[in-house]
Amino acid sequence: MTMDQRPHRNPALPPRRPTTPPILRSRFALGLTAAAASGRFALQECLDCGAIQYPPREACHCCLSDRLEWRPRDGAGTLLAVTCVRKPYETYFRERAPWRTGIVRLDCGVSVVAYLHGRCAEPPARVRVRACLDRAGRAVLAALPDKDVTDMTDDPLMREFSNSPKGRHVLVTDGTSEIGQAMAIAAAEAGAETVWVGASERWKAAPGFEALSTIPQVTLLPLDVTDTQSVDTLAGQIGGKVDILFNTAEFHRTHSALSRRGVETARVEMEVNYFGLLRLAQAFGPAMSARAAEVPTNAVAWVNVLSVFALANYPSQGTFSASKAAALSLAQCLRAEFRPAGLRVLNVFPGPVDEAWNQTELPPKIAPRRLAADVVRALEDGLEDLFPDPVARDWYERWRADPKVLELELTA
Amino acid sequence: MTTSTLGSLAALVADLAEGNVEVVDLTQTLAPDMPRISLPPEFGQAAPFRMEEISRYDERGASWYWNNFSCGEHTGTHFDAPIHWVSGRNLPDNTTDTIPPRSFVGPACVINCSLEAEQDPDFLLTVDFVTDWEATYGRIPPRAWVLMRTDWGKRTDPAEFQNYDEAGQHSPGPNPDCVRFLIEERDVLGFGTETIGTDAGQAAHLRPPYPCHFYMHGANRYGLQCLTNLDRLPPQGAVLICPPLKIRKGSGSPLRVLALAPRT
Repeated sequence: MTMDQRPHRNPALPPRRPTTPPILRSRFALGLTAAAASGRFALQECLDCGAIQYPPREACHCCLSDRLEWRPRDGAGTLLAVTCVRKPYETYFRERAPWRTGIVRLDCGVSVVAYLHGRCAEPPARVRVRACLDRAGRAVLAALPDKDVTDMTDDPLMREFSNSPKGRHVLVTDGTSEIGQAMAIAAAEAGAETVWVGASERWKAAPGFEALSTIPQVTLLPLDVTDTQSVDTLAGQIGGKVDILFNTAEFHRTHSALSRRGVETARVEMEVNYFGLLRLAQAFGPAMSARAAEVPTNAVAWVNVLSVFALANYPSQGTFSASKAAALSLAQCLRAEFRPAGLRVLNVFPGPVDEAWNQTELPPKIAPRRLAADVVRALEDGLEDLFPDPVARDWYERWRADPKVLELELTA
Repeated sequence: MTTSTLGSLAALVADLAEGNVEVVDLTQTLAPDMPRISLPPEFGQAAPFRMEEISRYDERGASWYWNNFSCGEHTGTHFDAPIHWVSGRNLPDNTTDTIPPRSFVGPACVINCSLEAEQDPDFLLTVDFVTDWEATYGRIPPRAWVLMRTDWGKRTDPAEFQNYDEAGQHSPGPNPDCVRFLIEERDVLGFGTETIGTDAGQAAHLRPPYPCHFYMHGANRYGLQCLTNLDRLPPQGAVLICPPLKIRKGSGSPLRVLALAPRT
C-alpha cells in the first residue's frame, strides 16, 4: 500500500469534530425527509381541494382539511431571488460558509427556499429543486441548474450532500460473493482510493475473488463476520481509515420455517446477517463516528445490503427473510447512533438478486453489477434507502400502501 | 489390586517425574481460524469454533475474564463415537457418555505415511503397507489405536490443510480393505489421523463411501482426527489417552489427546 499523497492534517492540532445542522422537524415536516431518503422530492397535496403546499403543515392552508398526501414532484421552477449568508451563527453552517440561498417559484405553484448549486444562473433562471439529506439526515432543498453541467457533483454543496466513494478508503466485508465482487469493482470504478475486500475461508477459492487483486486499489484481507476475533483483528488494522463500509456479508439459503429441520441453518443466517452486522458495528462504528469530519478524507457512510424480504416475510425464503428483518431493525438503531456524527446509513433492499441461491426464482432478478452501480449512485446522491429494482419498488409500494395486505398476498 | 500393579503405576509416576516418560500433546489449539470440515452447501454444517467474551475486568464483570465458546462436536482435534455413522447407530455403548472409559486409554501404533502423503495427497493406506510396517516394527497388538502419520498437522496454512480444488478435498486416508483388515485381523480400538477426517478427502467416491467411518463405527470402534505431533511418537510403545467430553448421546467431541511416550 502506498502512502496517501494528499495533504495530511497537522497531528499536533485538535481533530476537526463532526458537527451537524439542526435535526428537529415536526412530525408533519418529516414527510419531506421520508421521501428524500429514497431520492424523491414530494410535497403535501390536499385530497379535498387539490392545493399543494410548502412548508409542510398539519392542515391544508386553503381549506383546513387534514386529508393531506405526500406526492412526488419534478421540482421544476424559476429562481426568483438570491441571497448569501456569509457569517452564520451555528457551527456547522459557519464551518461551511458562505451559503448561497434563493427563493424558487415551482411550476406547481408554490414557492420554496433552497440552497443554490454554484452553477445556478442569476435570477430569473430555470432550476430543478431536489430534496437532499443533509449531514443530520434531514431533508433540505437544493436548486440545481436546469440542465447538467460539467463537474456537477464537484460543487461544495453537492459534496456536502454526497457520500461518494471517490477518493475514499472503503471496505467491502465479503468479496467471495458475486455481489461483493461487483461492489468492490464498482467502488474502484467510482474512484475509491483504497478498496479493502474481506473473505472468510479463503481456501474455498471462491470464483472471482482472487481476480479482484488485479485492480490496483484492491487489497484482499481475511474477514469472517461470524468470528469476533477476526472482525476485531481487521478493525485493529484498518478500522481507523475506513470511510465507507459496504457490508456485503450474507448467508443465503432458501428455507421456510418447516422445510428445514432444526435451527442450525437459520442460526448461521442470523450469525452472518444479523450478528455479523452487530460485530462490524461495534468494531468499526466508533472509529468511523470519530473520523466523520477528518481531513483529507472523512468517514461518511455505512452500507447494508439487506433484502426487500426484510419488510415482509417471503415464506419460501422464510428464515432468510427473518434474519434480514433483524438486520434492518439493527440498522435503524445504528442510524440513530451515527446521526450525531453525520454518518449516513444506506440500507439497500434488492428484490431477488441473480445469484445461485435464487436459481429457482423467476425473472426479473437484479444483476449484481447493476445492484452495485445503483448503490454507488445512491451514495453519490446521498440516499438513505435504496430499492434498486422493479420487484423491490413494487414490494415497497405495496408495503407502504398496506403492510397487512402485502402479508396476506405473500402468505396466500 | 496386586502389589506389582501398584508397583508399575508407581514406576510410571517415577518415570514421569524423572522425564523417562514424556507426555506428548497430540492436540491442535482450538481457535476460530482452525480449519473446519466443510460439506457441500446443501448439507447441514458443523459449527466452527467461536469464542465470545463474557467479561474482561470491565463493566460486564469487574474482576474476572471469561468467555462463552461454541462449536460442533466434530470441531478441532476430536473424537468420533460409533453413533456418528449410520452403520453404528444401533450398537450398545456407542455414544460419548456410554463408551467404556477403558477404551480411552490404549497402546498407539504410529504408521508413518508422511512421504507418501507428500508425494500424493490422495494417498490411500493399504493392507500391504500395514503388513510391511509390521514386518519392521512388530504386529499391531489387540485393542490398539492405529494412528496414520502424514505430517498434515504441520500444515499451518488453512489452504494447505484443506487442500481443496474443484473436485473437493485432497487428503490421505485408509482404503476400504485396510480398514476391514485393521478391525477383523487386528481388532484395533480405533483409527486416528492428522487430517480433518479419518477418511481420505475423496473418500465419498470409495466403495463404500467413507469406509473408515462406515466399517470402524459399524464395528463399534472409534475415530480421532486433526491430531498433530505424531512425529514425536515411536512407531510402537506409546500409550494414548483420549477421553471425549461426556456429552449425553454425543456423536463425538473436541478433546485433549495425550500420549505417554518413552523419552527418545
